[in-house]
Amino acid sequence: MTVTAEPAVGEEALPGATGPTPRRRTGRVRRIALPYLLLLPALLLELLVHLVPMVIGIVMSFKELTQFYIRDWGAAPWAGFDNYSLSVDFDAPVGAALLDSFFVTCAFTVLSVGLCWLLGTTAAVYMQETFRGRGFLRAVFLIPYALPVYAAVITWAFMFQHDNGLVNHVLHDQLGLTDSPSFWLIGDNSFIALLVVSVWKGWPFAFLIVMAGLQNIPRDLYEAAAIDGAGMLQQLRRITLPSLRPVNQVLVLVLFLWTFNDFNTPYVLFGKAAPEAADLISIHIYQSSFVTWNFGTGSAMSVLLLLFLLVVTGVYLVLTSRGRRSADV
Amino acid sequence: MRRTRAAAASAVTVSLLAAVTACGGGSSTEGGSNDSPKTLTYWASNQGPSIEADKKILTPELKKFEQETGIKVKLEVIPWSDLLNRILAATTSGQGPDVLNIGNTWSASLQATGALLPWDTKNFDKIGGKDRFVESALGSAGASSSDPAAVPLYSMAYALYYNKKMFADAGISGPPATWDDLVADGKKISKDGKWALAAEGSNPSENIHHVFVLGKQHGADFFDADGKPDFTSDGAVAAVKQYVDLMAKDKVVAPGNAEYAQNQSLQDFAKDKTAMVLWQTAATTLKAHGMSDDEWGVAPVPVQSGSPGAETAVNSMVAGINLAVFKNTDNIDGATKFVKFMTSDAEQKTLNETYGSIPPVKAAQEDPAFNTPALKVIRDTLAKSAAPLPQVPNESQFETAVGTAVKELFADAAAGRPVTTASVKEKLSEAQQQMPKK
Repeated sequence: MTVTAEPAVGEEALPGATGPTPRRRTGRVRRIALPYLLLLPALLLELLVHLVPMVIGIVMSFKELTQFYIRDWGAAPWAGFDNYSLSVDFDAPVGAALLDSFFVTCAFTVLSVGLCWLLGTTAAVYMQETFRGRGFLRAVFLIPYALPVYAAVITWAFMFQHDNGLVNHVLHDQLGLTDSPSFWLIGDNSFIALLVVSVWKGWPFAFLIVMAGLQNIPRDLYEAAAIDGAGMLQQLRRITLPSLRPVNQVLVLVLFLWTFNDFNTPYVLFGKAAPEAADLISIHIYQSSFVTWNFGTGSAMSVLLLLFLLVVTGVYLVLTSRGRRSADV
Repeated sequence: MRRTRAAAASAVTVSLLAAVTACGGGSSTEGGSNDSPKTLTYWASNQGPSIEADKKILTPELKKFEQETGIKVKLEVIPWSDLLNRILAATTSGQGPDVLNIGNTWSASLQATGALLPWDTKNFDKIGGKDRFVESALGSAGASSSDPAAVPLYSMAYALYYNKKMFADAGISGPPATWDDLVADGKKISKDGKWALAAEGSNPSENIHHVFVLGKQHGADFFDADGKPDFTSDGAVAAVKQYVDLMAKDKVVAPGNAEYAQNQSLQDFAKDKTAMVLWQTAATTLKAHGMSDDEWGVAPVPVQSGSPGAETAVNSMVAGINLAVFKNTDNIDGATKFVKFMTSDAEQKTLNETYGSIPPVKAAQEDPAFNTPALKVIRDTLAKSAAPLPQVPNESQFETAVGTAVKELFADAAAGRPVTTASVKEKLSEAQQQMPKK
């Protein structure tokens, strides 16, 4: 925020026939430079941690980087757009598999984010009322968020096992819902398994954020609405949801990015080779680069993914902030 | 102001990039140096029941080496699942260990990176000569056209482990010698929640090992003479179909095995749920699962017919661990000494006996410790009927691509979907097209 405000101050200082004396000017320059100087270490680290690997990744995507060159990747021959054309040639197996994986990821993300948001919001709204055991319930709800991802997903993997898993035990042995025990970690059901774990892991975050957002809505709005005869649903629609809009904007975006890029869940659940039905793009790219040692193609796929996410995020931000900006002006 | 900021940012980026590309080149000393002659870093693969167990087994041996040479060895035991990625990372950064274990099927792939010290005659002479090693083990240490990229350390081969009690209960007198026998016996055993054979259907590497052997038995290699992938030959398709059919058609493998990837096979075997398992050196793990040595027997992996020809008699891959030296080590002499120590007759005997593997060093192999009935089968297999996996640079990709195709076919079989010659061929063709073009 301060960064965007800064140039305005600087520009204001430039014009004017009766400019400040040289001494005052150096003082001002120093004052303007100071924040940048203070920002410099962070900027450098940010470059080092984020930007440099990203640039390297982009360079790699234009190289023919296989096991013959990984030791000295600078010497790998240039591939031009070969890696990209291979990735987007949807008639050939590599491109087709990438496209499948992309669709799987889109479906998975939409469902997972939607369910996380719905569950989180419902729970947060209900938790607004004071009742006995509320604190305890709130704590319980946050457990999935507090658990280490790896431990939690491994436990799910055990529960989804065909022969000894708890899920089949309950669905098949106890409730008799299926004719025979189902496979959850291979085949088509693996998508459902992945979705369940993802929602289980993700909704407490939505719950937490929405709960925080709800604290900012003045109680008297509800009281006034109640006096005017608004029921609970109407209050939700007219007060709660509109007031939560800025919170939800950030929440949905963050959940979207996390879910779309989720690597840990499928990796721990399925290992290096995910079933086709649950072949999320992150793990697909991992396999394309690290398991089949085709780092150039993997990098190209990563860049394509980055571009896609940038476009989606950009469009989303423009769409959602339009209302707010016009309100600010 | 804005322009200054942009200029500053780009200047920083450029300088950082320059710095990064300079050190990312991996241009460290070729062929190693002796800059730090008193220390060595050793990455050991996880061989024993746990990483802690490995540390316990290896530490006294490394102390012995330190006493002999004054070189301190820093040990890190790395789980299988991480090993290849760690090696790749070390290769890229040039910041690897001095000496490391590699799975012998990766030899040619890692050799292609150029990061490993080639074992030419001169280097072999420093550790007692090439002739000390069993030929088949050397065959899995790199492409045949060049000097080995590593030295064999532990050798293993597949064998058929069978549960004596389950065989007796089903009225079967001895282990099957051919696949037809196995299926016939298997049908007698596979009922009432019991199954004949175990498979690790979701483990691509495990799938590859079996499919490779069956491929050899059908006269297929998966790579042609030029090292190009050839996954869809009739023999290769027949091999994959035969393996998956054990579940899909013959129904001697439990459908649940399609999702096994964590060695659950051995637990089922020890719990009398499965009567047979194709495994390399299972003794230690079976004991850990509470099975005593007299409860199981070992036989060679079945072949196609009673008296197959030389090539088609292959019934195991040459499995094992190799010891490699990173080319850019700072202690090349120490690393060579360490390889000499680890492959010395005495150490070979100690280590292989502890891990239940076979020494790839001929002299050590003669020790009576390796003459137990189980190890004798494995020894004979290694000597007579084991073949190394294709020693081509794309071996690692082949493992993933075909291993995953078999995993998906198993998933189909488990779900009751038909597995046909056409569907097998289609999956293998997809796998082949995913292979790098060069």
